Amino acid sequence: MVERTPLFDAICQAILLIGLLVALLPFAIVIIAATHDIRTVNIVPMPLMPGHDLMANLHEAWVRADLGSKLFNSILFATSVAAGKVILSAMAAFSIVYFRFPGRSLLFWAIFITLMLPLEVRIVPTYAVAANALAPFQAILDLTGITWLVRTVSGLQVTLQWGLLNSYPGLVLPLVATATGTFLYRQFFLTIPDELAEAAKMDGSGPVRFFFDMLLPLSRPNMIALFTIMFVWAWNQYLWPLLVTTDPKFGIAVTQLKLLIPSEFGLPDWNVAMAGTLIIMAPPLVVVILMQRWFVRGLISTEK
Amino acid sequence: MEKRATFSSTTIGLIFIAPMLLLIFVFFYWPSGQALYWAFTLEQPWGGGNQWVGLQNFQQLLSDPVYWNSITRSLVFGLASTAIAMGVALVLALFTDRELRFHRAYRSIFVWPYAIAAPALGLAFRFILAPEAGLLSVLNSVWPNIWNPALDGKDAMIAVIIAFSWKYIGYNFIFFLSALAAIPRSLIEAAAMDGAGPARRVADIQLPLLTPTLFFLLVINITESFQDSFGIVDIMTQGGPARATELMVYKIYFDGFKGLDYSGAAAQSIILMGLVVLLTIVQFRFIERRVHYK
Repeated sequence: MVERTPLFDAICQAILLIGLLVALLPFAIVIIAATHDIRTVNIVPMPLMPGHDLMANLHEAWVRADLGSKLFNSILFATSVAAGKVILSAMAAFSIVYFRFPGRSLLFWAIFITLMLPLEVRIVPTYAVAANALAPFQAILDLTGITWLVRTVSGLQVTLQWGLLNSYPGLVLPLVATATGTFLYRQFFLTIPDELAEAAKMDGSGPVRFFFDMLLPLSRPNMIALFTIMFVWAWNQYLWPLLVTTDPKFGIAVTQLKLLIPSEFGLPDWNVAMAGTLIIMAPPLVVVILMQRWFVRGLISTEK
Repeated sequence: MEKRATFSSTTIGLIFIAPMLLLIFVFFYWPSGQALYWAFTLEQPWGGGNQWVGLQNFQQLLSDPVYWNSITRSLVFGLASTAIAMGVALVLALFTDRELRFHRAYRSIFVWPYAIAAPALGLAFRFILAPEAGLLSVLNSVWPNIWNPALDGKDAMIAVIIAFSWKYIGYNFIFFLSALAAIPRSLIEAAAMDGAGPARRVADIQLPLLTPTLFFLLVINITESFQDSFGIVDIMTQGGPARATELMVYKIYFDGFKGLDYSGAAAQSIILMGLVVLLTIVQFRFIERRVHYK
């Protein structure tokens, strides 16, 4: 730092250490509680020396919340959301930046506006759409009279039906449908020198070739950053999976936490609850710790 | 900003943007329109289409003390957790930015809480703050019945605020620290040469240069307090005791999916959407001003 202020530095360190303690305490409590047996975990105050029952508790939580298949679903779900985001938003941003068709700025704003309303805020109607993802098109057909036309001409009734409740697409698609990544790519594409596209065109490369051979390799850091934050974000989703997956076959890990809450009049087995919490919170935490640089970078560039 | 070199094929351009447009049409624009339609209509009990009722849903809602209760609770929750999360994060970021010993460790560890799912930390804090086990139960063994989030509404609110703030300290810290790193070192050094101590430099240089970040985080924290709080509330209190922690999104979920009152839930969604859009517009205006400032 710029000057010597030993006393002030000591105060800073003290406050930072308290902060560190506050940040780490909940992690520590979860881990320690997961090692106790049911009697020890309910002693007030809880003993801070770890016990010996970690494996037994992890096993019990694993079985009770069916975490094997749920973690598999979570990984599939979070990976699909992140991959969908990375691919679709790269394509959309490419179209917005490198093409000049009529109505382009309108489309740009149409995508931009989706940033305003997160899924939680419009949860009820989105759920209704998920019950039949083709309902919008059915309504359009009805309104434009095509349904009527087809019925009178051929006698067939047009009914479009594609239920997304209790399915992987139903879990994933609504969460991909936002603009977060599009702007990350847009900002990045705008910084790529024009000469590159000019050179590519001069060498006879079309837009598709330019996209795959030049833009995508160049945006690898952006893709990693976006993938990291979208994976963590998707893993931590709760409300949407809770609503869409009533069939346990498609359930994800985070919504299983509800099963682990000790019931008011049952056994207060907080040791098992904390062991389950530990398993479920670990994957995104590991991703953030290992990919910290990308995570921070992605967060700052997507939100601004 | 526009590109000089562009491709002329409209078809290929449209093909590239089509999947995204299709998704946002089906899962964003259509539902939002649907919410508007529902908010002004009432569903017939045995099917048979919706009946236009105008503003009746809104009138009903706005004359309902239970709804006002959820608005007040949301505001209390949003403001308190934003103040705590931003205040603590700012102090930690300012101190970490001084690059004392271990600053690398601080820089990475303070981010960790943001990686945890809201319901997972909800369950962790439910145990930590439980009245009969965990950590805060110590208070009860000294002063019996002083702390009980399961029965006392005020304690329950404090519990969800603590859990939420803990997570968002990590989030705010990332943004504050990167904004602080963007302030030129020479500026700080020049001020130090002129005899400005650390406190003076924070007040006269760092805080003024942080205002765009402060404002941005203020809006984000309040909007997140509307959405990300759902998991915490659902796991820790389920809106109770006696609706003391029934925040707006939780009430929409409860009325819409447990009470099956789509029209009422849609009207609530419209009000919440309006609120969020309003906040976002304020934020965009401010970001524009920041661009001019630069």
